Amino acid sequence: MNCIEVRGVTKDYKNTRALNNINLTFEENKIYGLLGRNGAGKSTLLKIISNRIFSNSGSVTVDGENAMENDKALSKIYLMSESNLYPPKLKIKKAFKWTKEFYPDFDVEYANRLAKEFGLNVNKNTRSLSTGYNSIFKIIIALSVNAPYVFLDEPVLGLDANHRDLFYRCLIEKYAENPFCCVISTHLIEEVSTVIEDVVIIKNGEVIRNQTRDSLLETGFTISGAAGAVDEFIKGREVIGTDSIGGLKTAYVLGKVDKNEVPDGLEVSAMDLQKLFVQLTNS
Amino acid sequence: MEFENEKPIFVQIAEGIEDGILTGAFPEESRIPSITEFSVMYKINPATALKGINILVDSGIVYKKRGVGMFVAEGSKEKLAKKRRDAFFESYIKKMLAEAGRLGITKEEIIDMLKGE
Repeated sequence: MNCIEVRGVTKDYKNTRALNNINLTFEENKIYGLLGRNGAGKSTLLKIISNRIFSNSGSVTVDGENAMENDKALSKIYLMSESNLYPPKLKIKKAFKWTKEFYPDFDVEYANRLAKEFGLNVNKNTRSLSTGYNSIFKIIIALSVNAPYVFLDEPVLGLDANHRDLFYRCLIEKYAENPFCCVISTHLIEEVSTVIEDVVIIKNGEVIRNQTRDSLLETGFTISGAAGAVDEFIKGREVIGTDSIGGLKTAYVLGKVDKNEVPDGLEVSAMDLQKLFVQLTNS
Repeated sequence: MEFENEKPIFVQIAEGIEDGILTGAFPEESRIPSITEFSVMYKINPATALKGINILVDSGIVYKKRGVGMFVAEGSKEKLAKKRRDAFFESYIKKMLAEAGRLGITKEEIIDMLKGE
């Protein structure tokens, strides 16, 4: 099967280890959520995969070929990141044509259509955009590029709720009609949780979770009620966090629970992806 | 459709379509929206929408016409109504009795409430 394989990737910045022995596979035609707190190493990983920076050790292969300085392999990858790599004083419509030079499958017509939908003026200079429209400009390129592997680093940065909504719909429509591998790195976990199929969580430069969203959500639950009863119930279970207010307590627990074994007065509920993420990456 | 956390989304998609069939929004022998339409509308992964619709295909509620789309099978409404009736005690009555028990409401009081409705 076609995929990007990251094997044993380690990256050091001076005295700091940014990534420690990362092993991951991104399969073709699947949408991934790449989640992690600020400084966890997400952007570093994406830059290594797309050959913008180099790792200290390990390898990245694209459909079985080593990606290092390999134009053929790298032409299959598009990374939308915070940096603007376009020359100054370039109009957006020129930027679309320019991108087609590097990505021959770039769909200029589709890009112009998206620009209209998002209200982006293509006669503007790429450096004169607000934070939100800068993101929109980059999103449009990423959706139009038609590369088999598209990495989106913080795609919705600065977007208002309406534009975020439009972005998710455009992404899903594009993906449903013409699937590709899409890896979305974001802090807006709730919004992306229904869009993604698999979840990768990075903490302190290491992968701590890598599985389907549905299977991950099944690994935890919350239990709440009177503090004493909750404490009694969670004895011997793997608790990843607690909240209390007055005599009420909520515990976040890993593992499965049979609703019939829960004593009266305690309430069990499923954890959503954001809660699970917060508890797993606290501390 | 608003998603909740207690059930996987693909199950909620299947139940949402069932609701549509029961209310007549999707009449028997009519075409239901495509996987793409469902996915875009609810902002969900197409694989999730497919998984939800496949529950209905497997149980014969919905059938596929190659190249045309997916249609509500004849007799689906009655079939679903029966399934929901069978589940009514488990999904509604039992929960109500549990809450009534916690509040000290007797069965007689519940019956009075129902009569007054």
